[in-house]
Amino acid sequence: MPILQPQSGEVPAAAPTVLSQTFWDGCRRGELLYQFFPSSGAAQFNPAPIDRLSLSGDFEWRVSAGLGTVYSWSVVWRPQTPAFTVPYCAAIVDLDEGFQMVSNIIGCDAGAVYCGQRVEVTFVAVNDDLTLPYFGPWRRNA
Amino acid sequence: MTSAWSDVAIAGAYNTIQARSLPDATYLSISLDAVLGALRSTGISVDDVDGVFGNLCGEVVYALGLPGAATSSIDSTGISAVIEAANAIACGLCTVAVVVSGCAGMYTEKASTAPWTRPDNEWVVPYGLYTTVEFALVAQRHMHEFGTTPEQLATVAATIRNNGSDNPAAVYADRGPFTPQDILDSRMVADPFHLLDCAMTAEGGCAVLLTSMRRARDTALPAVRILGAGLDRIGPFYQHPPSYGLAGSRIPGPSLALLGRRAAERAFATAGLNPDDVDVCEFYDPFSFEIIRQFEAFGFCKQGEGGDFVMDGTIGPDGRFPVTTDGGLMAFSHSRRPQLLQRVARGVHQLQDQCVSHQVPEARVAMCSNGGSGAMFTDVMLLGRDD
Repeated sequence: MPILQPQSGEVPAAAPTVLSQTFWDGCRRGELLYQFFPSSGAAQFNPAPIDRLSLSGDFEWRVSAGLGTVYSWSVVWRPQTPAFTVPYCAAIVDLDEGFQMVSNIIGCDAGAVYCGQRVEVTFVAVNDDLTLPYFGPWRRNA
Repeated sequence: MTSAWSDVAIAGAYNTIQARSLPDATYLSISLDAVLGALRSTGISVDDVDGVFGNLCGEVVYALGLPGAATSSIDSTGISAVIEAANAIACGLCTVAVVVSGCAGMYTEKASTAPWTRPDNEWVVPYGLYTTVEFALVAQRHMHEFGTTPEQLATVAATIRNNGSDNPAAVYADRGPFTPQDILDSRMVADPFHLLDCAMTAEGGCAVLLTSMRRARDTALPAVRILGAGLDRIGPFYQHPPSYGLAGSRIPGPSLALLGRRAAERAFATAGLNPDDVDVCEFYDPFSFEIIRQFEAFGFCKQGEGGDFVMDGTIGPDGRFPVTTDGGLMAFSHSRRPQLLQRVARGVHQLQDQCVSHQVPEARVAMCSNGGSGAMFTDVMLLGRDD
């Protein structure tokens, strides 16, 4: 099977909110930001107005080390729109700091993704307007 | 517990023509076809309608020339709209309520997936997610945790597609027979789902007619009771990771894995029944795996055992728990919204002995469901014969 590549076309992106703009700005700097709520000690993603655990609205942005584990994955052969090149691999990644996010897996064979696979973040400028955090195989000594 | 709907009846249900495309129809025309068809099948006069629920309520009230009606405040359909209508009758807000849903002319740009399957959310849309992928991520995790196999998923799809093949009103009538291997041989869409593991897209309309039990008993068709129902949602549509283990944060409860359990337990408690009392399972089948998950969530088998449960003919038309007997979203129709209501309609037809294909003999209790894990909601309704 082919090696999974990042997208390079005009993939759709929804407009950021006042809350999420910080996250997307971080991506452009190469930082994976997540919310940390001191009241509960919990990490949270997607960014939200309050903590699901403590219901507190007091949080700080922290920078994730970008290391995680594939929780689930799906190699997609029928694209959402023609802007996407197939195959691409949608995944839910468990970040080591204790939150989950949706992303794509790149840089490995499309037949070699598995639940429990260690991955690390890599930022790709998909087009002029959009820099996405993707995940690729963990290169321990890189 | 007794149902607050003990004096409410479903008098009839009607499907318009369903097709991959209905080029001469509009949302409103197909919705009106559905309403008038449901009225005709029961013999209830359009002039007696004083409640319109579901989609396009205002348009329907106006087009029918009614002097006014109780309606849904916002778009709703399927089980939740039937509940709205039943509540309105039980509370005295109306006496004859039609629940309607129709769709035509929406899916024209076929290079993309259907517009209603594509999210508009910054956390999922740039990664190429759409409905199939959302549900695939749930199924893949179930396969990882419990060893559920592609063959088990394919057995569900083959069963439902064969039901549709046998149904002359289905969009995919006479397309079968299908074996599980046929499903596995279809092209991969989003692993683990092959094309034939997935719902189709189509156009069409559906209406369900409710009134008082006393009035329904005067019509040509047997009255159907709402024995119980339940609604269960854990999050919004297509924004958060569709994580099999997603749970509430502070209050213990079933995770997304068992989404719909709260609804099923409530419905069974209201009805005074349990899964063993169900004669036919008119479950919502957006993807093959969701049938496996629903049998687990609704308590027909234990979590992780759904893959084995669907083998050996248990869910076939002659099995102990016949599933989605009209062909469902995979083979009967799936037109954005009406397919939700069509699960209820099929349950009604089973209990009225109106099914042209795969009528379950002596069916007394039908369980209908809507939604699914990837969409973060699962609703259920238990229907029963009047006698």
